[in-house]
Amino acid sequence: MTKGSPISPSLMANKAPAKSGDAVRTKDVAASVSSIVDAVNPVQGPNNIVPPTEMTGSQAVVRSLEELGVTDVFGLPGGAILPTYDPLMDSTRINHILVRHEQGAGHAAQGYAMVTGKAGVCIATSGPGATNLVTPIADAHMDSVPMVAITGQVSSAVIGSDAFQEADIVGITMPITKHSYLVTKAADIPRVLAEAFYIATTGRPGPVLVDITKDAQQATTTFSWPPKIDIAGYRTVVRGHAKQVREAAKLIAAAKRPVFYVGGGVVKGHAAAELCELVELVGAPVATTLMARGVFPDSHPQHVGMPGMHGSVSAVTALQQADLLITLGARFDDRVTGVLSTFAPEAKVIHADIDPAEISKNRTADVPIVGSVKEIIPELTEACRELFAAEGAPAQAEWWTMLDKLRQTYPLGFTEPEDGLMAPQRVIQRIGELTGPEGVYVAGVGQHQMWSAQFIKYERPHAWLNSGGLGTMGYSVPAAMGAKVGNPDRVVWSIDGDGCFQMTNQELATCALNKIPIKVAVINNSSLGMVRQWQTLFYDGRYSNTDLHTGHETVRIPDFVKLADAYGCVGLRCERAEDIDATIQKALEINDRPVVIDFVVSPNSMVWPMVPSGVSNDDIQIARGMTPAWEEED
Amino acid sequence: MSRHTLSVLVEDVPGVLTRVASLFARRAFNINSLAVGPTEAPGYSRITVVVDAEGDLLEQVTKQLNKLINVIKIVELVPESSVQRDHILVKVRADAATRLQVTQAADLFRASVVDVSTDSLVIEATGTAEKLTALLSVLEPFGIREIVQSGTLAVGRGSRSMSDRALRSA
Repeated sequence: MTKGSPISPSLMANKAPAKSGDAVRTKDVAASVSSIVDAVNPVQGPNNIVPPTEMTGSQAVVRSLEELGVTDVFGLPGGAILPTYDPLMDSTRINHILVRHEQGAGHAAQGYAMVTGKAGVCIATSGPGATNLVTPIADAHMDSVPMVAITGQVSSAVIGSDAFQEADIVGITMPITKHSYLVTKAADIPRVLAEAFYIATTGRPGPVLVDITKDAQQATTTFSWPPKIDIAGYRTVVRGHAKQVREAAKLIAAAKRPVFYVGGGVVKGHAAAELCELVELVGAPVATTLMARGVFPDSHPQHVGMPGMHGSVSAVTALQQADLLITLGARFDDRVTGVLSTFAPEAKVIHADIDPAEISKNRTADVPIVGSVKEIIPELTEACRELFAAEGAPAQAEWWTMLDKLRQTYPLGFTEPEDGLMAPQRVIQRIGELTGPEGVYVAGVGQHQMWSAQFIKYERPHAWLNSGGLGTMGYSVPAAMGAKVGNPDRVVWSIDGDGCFQMTNQELATCALNKIPIKVAVINNSSLGMVRQWQTLFYDGRYSNTDLHTGHETVRIPDFVKLADAYGCVGLRCERAEDIDATIQKALEINDRPVVIDFVVSPNSMVWPMVPSGVSNDDIQIARGMTPAWEEED
Repeated sequence: MSRHTLSVLVEDVPGVLTRVASLFARRAFNINSLAVGPTEAPGYSRITVVVDAEGDLLEQVTKQLNKLINVIKIVELVPESSVQRDHILVKVRADAATRLQVTQAADLFRASVVDVSTDSLVIEATGTAEKLTALLSVLEPFGIREIVQSGTLAVGRGSRSMSDRALRSA
């Protein structure tokens, strides 16, 4: 960073001529060189005009949500949010789904947002209701999920007195929200909610908390719509800087071993079609991260797999040996890079992201482009097309020869467990094959999550949901519920572990009562499988506190079939490989109730390939102690 | 680690200082000093924060600060083109025998005596961090009872104002 030159995030590597005086780091410098999200009216929804109308704050909450176009919300009432639940009962435009735990409401809102692209909404009361939202808020923050969390707060007169069910939820969630509001005046409600939805869904999406005191809900105010919003400190750059885009095209044209490193930002930016066009023009391999699975079709010949700790050999190697990373909406997470200093050592980096703070955070970018991938990718395609027309398309035959060989030699696969129990990978693979790419797959966190990322073939974005950044066990069931509400016509699978399932399965009651027929595949290996895998590999097989006693030849506490039955769901159990298909088929045929399948699988199956923590991606293992045979370079 | 002075124009709303301070804590950035107060523009405060950071980290600091919705603008004030001042109040032992020496020392630093008692003086001084360190080392032999110090305040030299352009465009 040069002293004395204006520095805006979007211009980082594009230093303007030095001016004397201060180094200015300001949001408005970006304005002079890039277009800004300045939609005619940042207020979302149909923008009906509502003349000034007298109503209570709580009515204003409900009315604002209606005017913002919200149709589904997930929540659980309590004292401080009670006033809002009263008019909510009368709303014909908002479907409120009563969850059994606020965490379920939060993850459901995430699942809903992930499949619809709209902000998910969850509602909770003050104190414990609000703190129960902390995990999903943190999850949404890490995975950039647009979400608006509305919480009741104790009356403004008693804030700070340790009143009953008082918690400083704005303070608690400050580091895990994109922004937050404490509303103490009824008159502020429409504006704050409009701002919250605008902030949550634009730029890099994220969770916004709106904490509304009980007295603000009860007070009378004059409601009118749309409210005027002007958030001085919030400006998002969407168009990439033209010069940077041209620089990127030059690097692409000159690269011998380029690779697209595609992250969840391309899913959030709804830029799958644009990506495909660019990729086919450039001809380079594509690696889709855990958050990006499906944004580029797995069946496409240029797809080399998922990178990272449990990525395919071809994807990991493509990144390691690349001379150019075309990074789109990805953030160089440690699960992708391994030991950062050894990651893709020879690669130059093009990094396009809507969040300037992601650029050069972990890996320094040679060509940073701040903006929306939806805008940047077509511009990059155009720039490449012009350049290729003039200078010829880059030759990548050698690169592909090597990668094709890797793909053939080290395809993703699994071995049958020696204990005679089912291979969990097969169960997951068959669920994907029998359901097809139009289904939605929602995983928890752990081994089953990695296998779901590896063995289900994704052909479209928004088909794969998981908790990537935070790694929240218990995400799956409620997120699948939210996804099913958002995509009622799609088959929605919750692929869960026996550990994860026990954290949030109370939402089966919500699903059963509200006719949200999700299908839950419990990949039951009777243990906290991923932790157990690490204990196998790194702790001499000392299984400290990972046995859950839910599987084969155990006491089966709980019995997942009985549990399903108790929740009004269909419970099925599958213990033999020959029954897998029939069980899945049966589940696919049931659409009036949720289905829970207890797939009793081997606890000894492990996730491979694996880059152990703390080593370079070059040391990827395809099975225990086995590394690929690298060819000597001549 | 090099020291950088950032001037951060923020909306004067509840919690804004917490947001800024907790961002530093959360991202493991080091705050050397912090001062906050109202500005000439109603509704806006200015935070002067001195951070210890190298180039890349400093860039992360400013980018992360810029992500805060309540942050309007950030300017790095470099010493050559800005005025930077700390303010200090020092309570020094001073009886009839040493009082004159202490006040003379204060005079040399253009510091002023703002409170006198039989066995102590309170000295008020303004200046750069270096000057105040020098003052303290001169006062130290007399016996320092208490030190209260402000964070660094800084403003750019010349007629330009940090806030007018930012607020006009806002």
